[in-house]
Amino acid sequence: MEKEIKAFQIDLGDNVATALAGIKAGQEAGLTGDHGEESIKAATDIPAGHKIALKDIGAGGHIVKYGVVIGRATADIPKGSWVHLHVMQSIYDERSSHLDVRTGAPKDTKYE
Amino acid sequence: MSSEEKRMELTEWSWQGYGRKHGAPGIRNRVLVIYTVKCSEFVARRIVEESGHPDVELVGFDGCTDNQYAVDLLISLIKHPNVGAVLTVGLGCEYIQPQWLADVAVKEGKEASWMSIQQEGGTKPTVTKGTAWVRETLERLKHTPRVRMGFKDLVIGAECGGSDYTSGLAGNVVVGRFFDRLVDLGGCAIFEEIVEAIGLDGLLVGRAADPEAARELRYTYDKALDYCRSVRQYSVSPGNFAGGLSTIEEKSMGAVIKSGSRPIEGVLKVSVPPKHGGLWLLDSTPDPHFMQFGITNPNDNEGLMDLISCGAHIVFLVTGRGNVVGSAVAPCIKITGNHETFSRMEEDMDFDASPILYGGMSQKEMALDLAAYVAGTAGGTPTKSEVLGHKEFYIPYKYQEKEVAYKRACEGSV
Repeated sequence: MEKEIKAFQIDLGDNVATALAGIKAGQEAGLTGDHGEESIKAATDIPAGHKIALKDIGAGGHIVKYGVVIGRATADIPKGSWVHLHVMQSIYDERSSHLDVRTGAPKDTKYE
Repeated sequence: MSSEEKRMELTEWSWQGYGRKHGAPGIRNRVLVIYTVKCSEFVARRIVEESGHPDVELVGFDGCTDNQYAVDLLISLIKHPNVGAVLTVGLGCEYIQPQWLADVAVKEGKEASWMSIQQEGGTKPTVTKGTAWVRETLERLKHTPRVRMGFKDLVIGAECGGSDYTSGLAGNVVVGRFFDRLVDLGGCAIFEEIVEAIGLDGLLVGRAADPEAARELRYTYDKALDYCRSVRQYSVSPGNFAGGLSTIEEKSMGAVIKSGSRPIEGVLKVSVPPKHGGLWLLDSTPDPHFMQFGITNPNDNEGLMDLISCGAHIVFLVTGRGNVVGSAVAPCIKITGNHETFSRMEEDMDFDASPILYGGMSQKEMALDLAAYVAGTAGGTPTKSEVLGHKEFYIPYKYQEKEVAYKRACEGSV
């Protein structure tokens, strides 16, 4: 069965791909772009526009997209799972891992 | 036509531009009505409205106190190749004198006039006189010599705004591919937003065309990082995070990809034209100064204005979530990699780059389509924002040196 294209891998060296539409846990998503594997099975739900791990990434490991390091894993990230603020952080921006995982809104500032 | 045929033809493509007495030819023949302080804005705006012609445009600076950055920006617009004539309108007591600016235009060999509302006798006489001058000038501009232009004569600037995950996958990618072609053809490409290059210093400096360019890029990057650290604010917003971008580094790579892959010739400052063709980074971040003038990118139109101040004939605005703005002086081409955004806002969005995401089109083919759109725009076809009459501009107070400022102005000659 031909798999619907669901995620875009930019560089062969990347360990994440971007979901072009929402992917449900258990769904097999076809890959497009500069991809190694033909597809990736989602271990969790992945919202549209968010990243899915293409391989197991250990805590402290680099997250690679565009062939460059875009952050560091703050927990073990199993292959196929959602990669975002809850399991990774910026190497520069100390606030990034304090933001709400769904809305991105800051939680470290009170505006009354 | 196959993509191979289209590519071979790019060098041959040409259109009729407007010859200028000094400097490069333009792709539009605009009349700029410039107000020199907020107090004269109403009168200047009324002159533009009364003229009722799409080539008559308003720009101006609100402040009464002196700001070299703003003056330089107005002068750069007067000298801009897309501008054929200039009318400056002042109240009469502000620092930026309308007569100085008109003199700059005359020296450039452009049609120019100036008025002071206090001398002319108030709103109505000034509007009447100004409108009459603009109408006569539009007639004279019909005789501007037409000259043949091609991609080698173009300066194009690019910035992104309202980015989502498609910006770094499609919109900016296609711009980068097109910029590579433009540079190869002898044209000039400018990208900006150094605060959206955090985490990529090695990559940027590694692309420097020569050691001087490397030094400029290194200093400019470090200045931007200092700026972000000191305000604990990186150029990434809740909407970006919600849309799937997790870090500033990730957003940065999506932004910098619009610069393509060619060597970077150096760092441009606002209102300073590039010395030659090729790819340049525009630094719009304020320089360190005791008054700490300015915020780096207050809004999208400020960024577009900065690019235009460096002589960009056309500006690209790459967006994911959609935008409606245009610009005074240079046509704005709005590009999105998000097909839903394109469909929802088709009267505003110029170019849909999404086919490269689904394997429908290669990046190369998409970049050639963008080249065709650019050539059409340069040849006079109005962009979506021009059709709708969008003529936004934004000139803030800011402090910036004219060259890469290795030493802080506030440090003096210690």
